[in-house]
Amino acid sequence: MKDYILKRVVILLLPLMQVFGLYVIFHGHLSPGGGFAGGMIVGLGLVCYAAVYGMEKGTDKVPDRAATLIESFGTLWYGAVGLVGVFKGTLFLSNKATGVPMGQPAALLSGGWILVITLGVGIKVASTIVTLFYALTEEEES
Amino acid sequence: MKVSLLSRLLANYPYVAAFILFAIGIYGVIASSNLLRKLLGISIMESAIFLMFIASGNITGRGVPIVDAAKESVGYVNPLPQALILTGIVVGVSTTAFALALLVKLHKYYGTLDARIIYDKREADKH
Amino acid sequence: MVKRVLYALVVILLCYIGLVTVAEFPPYGEEGNPVHNYVSERYIGEAVEDTGVINMVTAIVLDYRAYDTLIETTVLFTATIAVLITLKTGKKNGKEEEVS
Repeated sequence: MKDYILKRVVILLLPLMQVFGLYVIFHGHLSPGGGFAGGMIVGLGLVCYAAVYGMEKGTDKVPDRAATLIESFGTLWYGAVGLVGVFKGTLFLSNKATGVPMGQPAALLSGGWILVITLGVGIKVASTIVTLFYALTEEEES
Repeated sequence: MKVSLLSRLLANYPYVAAFILFAIGIYGVIASSNLLRKLLGISIMESAIFLMFIASGNITGRGVPIVDAAKESVGYVNPLPQALILTGIVVGVSTTAFALALLVKLHKYYGTLDARIIYDKREADKH
Repeated sequence: MVKRVLYALVVILLCYIGLVTVAEFPPYGEEGNPVHNYVSERYIGEAVEDTGVINMVTAIVLDYRAYDTLIETTVLFTATIAVLITLKTGKKNGKEEEVS
């Protein structure tokens, strides 16, 4: 899949894809989208780059060891945010009862722990997509 | 009686479209012997079910479920089926990824992805 | 060729059964459907006060039912582990590595 037109188009579109994906993740509580859709957009940008430029350049940008490690810690991040509620005396995974400042309803920093959870889920889904792509296109080397 | 069936079907047009997609998916599963096409048929059936669920939560004339001061008088669509299908989409992605991994292993071992040839080779291996 | 006609007949029969069932559903887009019950009314009415976000779907997925989203990230993790176990075996071109 190494072609002249594909290489020029992908290297122009890749920054736009990443910025749009990060916008969808960060504004998950203000407009439609959220962690899962934004994480997929970011991950698919990296997959596009690795598919067109070859696997060596792809694994230079995001090593497969790093992708597997980030993906393993995603669930721990979510569990850690949930345990904050237990340490403060209320239920597991509670948002307003832990005393975190809520902010104005339409601002970017609002909603308590929801922004932190959305970021964690977005990074986890992006690294899942990259790890699955690296595993499925091995080309007979371990 | 025939006229009332047709008019009721025309009033429920999203469900009719979802079921036609489901039937296309089932035809894709049973009518080809290539394993990758069967997997694509299963994925089309999942999309049809998601369409039916989300279309059932619509109320005509109301707006997107994002709270806005200008839309208080119009009302909001039911947001609960949309939240449930979000989980379902991710489960569908996981199942498709694992099925693709199994297809890669089958191709490495048998050299082909045709279901009948794989079945014949396994029958020949048993004896 | 006969097999293709047979498959198409089976699918058309399934279509007919399904369409007769779909015609019995509640009408599309009405307010009195059984889908819209007191659970949705509470979520719509009190999402901004309880959570502070204005996107109701995010408030349901990440605050009212956050436990389901936690289990769903575990499902993603399990699928990745299953794919990695199936595909990474440590063999080069089908031969075992020499362990001396």
